[in-house]
Amino acid sequence: MKEELEVSSGLARRQSMSDYLSPLVRGIKPSGIRRFFDLVSTRKDVITLGVGEPDFVTPWHVREAAVYALETGKTQYTSNAGMPELREAICQYLDDSFDIAYNPADEVIVTVGGSEAIDLALRALIAPGDEILIPEPCYISYSPITALSGGVPVGIETFSADAFKLTAESLKKAITPRSKVLILCYPSNPTGGIMTYEDWLPIAKVVEENDLIVISDEIYAELTYGSKHVSFAAVPGMKDRTILVSGFSKAFAMTGWRMGYMCGHSELLAAMLKIHQYTVMCAPIMAQYAALEALQHGLEEKDRMVESYNQRRRLVVKGFRDIGLDCHEPQGAFYAFPSVTSTGLSSEVFAQRLLEEAGVAAVPGDVFGLGGEGHLRCSYATSVTQLTEAIDRIGNFVHKLKG
Amino acid sequence: MTELQLKVLELLKEDARRDAELIATMLGVPLEDVKEAIAAMEENHIIVKYATVVNWSKVDDEKVTALIEVQITPERGRGFEGIAERIYLYPEVKSVYLMSGAYDLLVEIEGKNLKEVASFVSNKLSPIDAVLSTKTFFILKKYKQDGIIFDEHEGDHRLMVSP
Repeated sequence: MKEELEVSSGLARRQSMSDYLSPLVRGIKPSGIRRFFDLVSTRKDVITLGVGEPDFVTPWHVREAAVYALETGKTQYTSNAGMPELREAICQYLDDSFDIAYNPADEVIVTVGGSEAIDLALRALIAPGDEILIPEPCYISYSPITALSGGVPVGIETFSADAFKLTAESLKKAITPRSKVLILCYPSNPTGGIMTYEDWLPIAKVVEENDLIVISDEIYAELTYGSKHVSFAAVPGMKDRTILVSGFSKAFAMTGWRMGYMCGHSELLAAMLKIHQYTVMCAPIMAQYAALEALQHGLEEKDRMVESYNQRRRLVVKGFRDIGLDCHEPQGAFYAFPSVTSTGLSSEVFAQRLLEEAGVAAVPGDVFGLGGEGHLRCSYATSVTQLTEAIDRIGNFVHKLKG
Repeated sequence: MTELQLKVLELLKEDARRDAELIATMLGVPLEDVKEAIAAMEENHIIVKYATVVNWSKVDDEKVTALIEVQITPERGRGFEGIAERIYLYPEVKSVYLMSGAYDLLVEIEGKNLKEVASFVSNKLSPIDAVLSTKTFFILKKYKQDGIIFDEHEGDHRLMVSP
């Protein structure tokens, strides 16, 4: 027995626990937001503009639908792709709201949040070494998930002067023979930028010419101010090239329910469904009932919430401009992305000092990738009273800096 | 009633301390227009008063509130108006509604104690000739009034920072 042990110890032993981890995972940097969160958590009396979720609680009728589902024993698995009636409701809603027709039978999967949908799409599409084009600044998870799947994230910088829109020129410049997927996130977290139909057309041309496939994260689709959201999948010729990712979190104030969905060509979705069925099986049934209720009876309530974000959006944009901070007009999501370069501080130092000296938390722009440096992500999904106070505090802080 | 007036009204209903400047910014309209809308609504009594919603149960001063269903005989030519006025002019009467259904007026009354409310009903309300009958219900607890929840449990449970 002892001899056998000695034989095995002849192998190269791992020196620490982290040696057991996959090099892919070790290579991923922890999220900058997480670091900032830890810093904020140590402080009291902070007004936070750092929250990436609605300040509304899920409307009661939606919560009640989940309670009723539990009371009536809805505690089982559903079909892998999600309950048929929910898939139908999602397709009906997409058709009514954004003019894209999907077949509920094989062109939609209900996922555990939009996040799972992004993961499924990237895992299904990426072969090792494929380049994934990602306009930045953007939501923080695209690059790490790409890397986990063996892909190579390629950032494309977008600029405040273009209202953070993706341009065909910068997209073309980033394309190489290894380019395979373009990830889009409009309306944008963190910039609040949107893309109109006219903005999409030249992008669609480049996508077509270079035979790219697109993952379009449209989780903020309902939150646009002034012009209605145009889905990339609704651009002529793009439907079969697009995996549309969306969900209930932002539009219906349902972040904690983890209800998302993805739509696209049936052959692609079949592959993604395979991963979904082996990894999560299905989204939770009671949350699916809640989502169904939201689609059937929650659209008016949603409109009221959007109107309320719009009022607060005007308030913060004017607030930042009055303070003397450049702020492009965000036309979607619930973030303003003012520039703090006029103060001479980097995003990170500004955010840290703003927290320590003025008691306001906002996320430094550099955590969102290229083009984020010099900006601050400020969520206006918080009460008018808090926003007014936050803007006062930021104003005093900036005036002190500029002295 | 213009569309702007309605929007201004909704914002004031949420918080009456909002000034015209804040409202103009929130609605993205000129300050003058908001001032005009507010002035017009004050003028024609759409905006009646800027009062405070109070949770009296947190105030030590003891009070009882009752709802009284009142059946009355309407007067020829004036209907319920005259009787309603005779009732609502009492300062202890907090609200009066004309109702459809089994009774006519719903009267909300406030007093220092049970006795005071009982005395109002027997000495002031019931003796009115047109009053046929009264039914008094004491309020034990107010959960919600005018869309405002008194014991709000649904605070902000969000993480301070999230992606």
